[in-house]
Amino acid sequence: MKSEYTDSIRKEFGSVILDENVSHNETYLTVKRESAVKVCDYLYHHFDAPIVSIFATDERRTDGCFKIHYVFSLDKEDAFIIIKINIDEKSPVFGSITHKIPSANWYEREIQDMFGLVPKGHPDPRRLINFEDWPPDSYPLRKDFDIRTKPPRVKGEYVYRRVEGEGVYEIPVGPVHAGVIEPGHFRFSVAGEPILNLEIRHSYTHKGVEKLFENISIDKAVFLAERVSGDNSVAHAVAFCQAIEKIAGAKIPKRAKYTRTILLELERLYNHLGDIAGIATDVAYAFGAAHANRLKEEVMQLNESVTGSRLLRGMNTIGGVRRDIGGSEEIILEKLSSLNLDFSELMELLFASPSVADRIETTGRLYNDIAKGLHVVGPAGRASGIVRDTRRDHPYAAYGELAFDVPVLKSGDVNARTRVRSDEVYESISLIEQAFSRISDGDIKVNIREIPDGYALGYAEAPRGETLYWVKTSKNMIERCKVRDPSFCNWLAIEYAVLDNIVPDFPIINKSLSLSYSGNDM
Amino acid sequence: MTVEDELEIMGQRLNEKIKNIFGRSLHIREVDAGSCNACEVEVTALSNPIYDIERFGLHIVASPRHADMLLVTGPVTRNMELALLKTYNATPCPKLVAAMGSCACNGGIFGDTYASGGGVDKFIPVDVYIPGCPPRPQAVIFGLMVAVDKLDQKIRKKEA
Repeated sequence: MKSEYTDSIRKEFGSVILDENVSHNETYLTVKRESAVKVCDYLYHHFDAPIVSIFATDERRTDGCFKIHYVFSLDKEDAFIIIKINIDEKSPVFGSITHKIPSANWYEREIQDMFGLVPKGHPDPRRLINFEDWPPDSYPLRKDFDIRTKPPRVKGEYVYRRVEGEGVYEIPVGPVHAGVIEPGHFRFSVAGEPILNLEIRHSYTHKGVEKLFENISIDKAVFLAERVSGDNSVAHAVAFCQAIEKIAGAKIPKRAKYTRTILLELERLYNHLGDIAGIATDVAYAFGAAHANRLKEEVMQLNESVTGSRLLRGMNTIGGVRRDIGGSEEIILEKLSSLNLDFSELMELLFASPSVADRIETTGRLYNDIAKGLHVVGPAGRASGIVRDTRRDHPYAAYGELAFDVPVLKSGDVNARTRVRSDEVYESISLIEQAFSRISDGDIKVNIREIPDGYALGYAEAPRGETLYWVKTSKNMIERCKVRDPSFCNWLAIEYAVLDNIVPDFPIINKSLSLSYSGNDM
Repeated sequence: MTVEDELEIMGQRLNEKIKNIFGRSLHIREVDAGSCNACEVEVTALSNPIYDIERFGLHIVASPRHADMLLVTGPVTRNMELALLKTYNATPCPKLVAAMGSCACNGGIFGDTYASGGGVDKFIPVDVYIPGCPPRPQAVIFGLMVAVDKLDQKIRKKEA
């Protein structure tokens, strides 16, 4: 990282910096608790650095305090600045930055639920992860909370925002839906058909994943990472493995890097095809849906024949990959060339169909400034003018050596999100072809016996967008693992995207944002 | 044997059973009780043009009130427990419950913790377990076949 960033922070805030520490491309600055809001505000507005994660750690045993980390990404430098503050147990409060940086909203509420640290001045301090029947003074991610505890259910009430007026009524939807989707609650306030307000309530699938990471061995943790959000298994596993490899200072073999790239792109392919199929289904374009579903199934069967798993599970491991896919080059490339043909024909038909255009153009518009304020990532962000892609901004695996475009559109409607995905399908096919042409012989795994104590960020661009892991190890175990799934950033966008749309368009808008409930709730 | 061949054989057998017991078709309501969404990917695949389970008389319905069977995924999280019980109670008798996926069977990797319930059978009676993480679509069809046999036994027992 260029020193101009740290220099300018030092110049501006020299007196509040307590400690400074650089490892790899991550710069950690510990500042005084009361200055965090100012420093974060400066980084966000002055450097235009998006905040990509906020999390707490319980370090009372070693350092006698809790710590909160604010992770900023410097995309142009391929670097991260992490602002840290120490919080004493006796005064468990910190200043909320949500009024300056709207994307901090859910992170701060998550910290409040899981650690019992209160974000002072938060505009909406309701529960986020734990439900109203969760007892107060019980915080799952504190070190003195045993994972097997089953706290009693207490009486409590969750109050939804109310919209009042003549003819306004509420439609509650979920958690058990009519379709085959994950559980979540949606509360619409409508007057006639147009949606006046939508409030989402999640965390139905909260499985205690971050706590579980601290209770299993690092080898097994790779399997857990694959199960944070099932259809993004590879991206999660790669992000986690990279964090551990960074801590161990291990360089993985070139062949493993290329294999990971191929797997990541196969995952993107079946996900994008599935999303396009879903959008076609929701606009009642049955012909297109049937074909897109067929193409998705073909990629999943290809996945199974190459890796043994339709969802590409079990391939990644700390230090590389478990299985060489070199022997499958021919069948993969053959399938991709037929996919390319079929897919381009299908997209031509889909985008030329007036009935589809009528449903997707201007529907579910997510304005560029809102997308930026909420830090919307992945295809949803790129369809709203956000030029970010982890593969390009923070190259990992073999992406630094491959050529690819990052399609970006500005209109932010369902149409734009469909087109971004469609363009990315071609890029994925090209990336896999390039990877096979450059892959070299050699090992697929390097053995890492001891994992030293340390901490690092691991990241990957999942089909849904930027996926981030921050892992801290201690004595060959995980001390803390913060998982940031892309959906955690993108869910709030739906509350804005549906405004002024009609209720029957909600499913298409939801599908076009392609959000994971499990990745969000963990 | 290709996927299509396997499917054709199993599907026809299942279709026969369903016809004998239900007359026409088996109505299924899927309930995600906190899965990682991989099982949902596979349940969705059952309706794609390759598997197309509707042709074998299997119908995924929108409400538990229309269902003969609940297909439950996930380890049953603390936050989904109540919703699962309500869905079970809303399903008319005689009903079947299939636990789909490793975590629905016994909690899987999520185990039994403050947030994860450790399997469906701790909360509602389960007739059939379909292991796998996630089970392949063929495995799900096979599991449904076993479940239909179980219902046959249940009905006979009641009559006797």
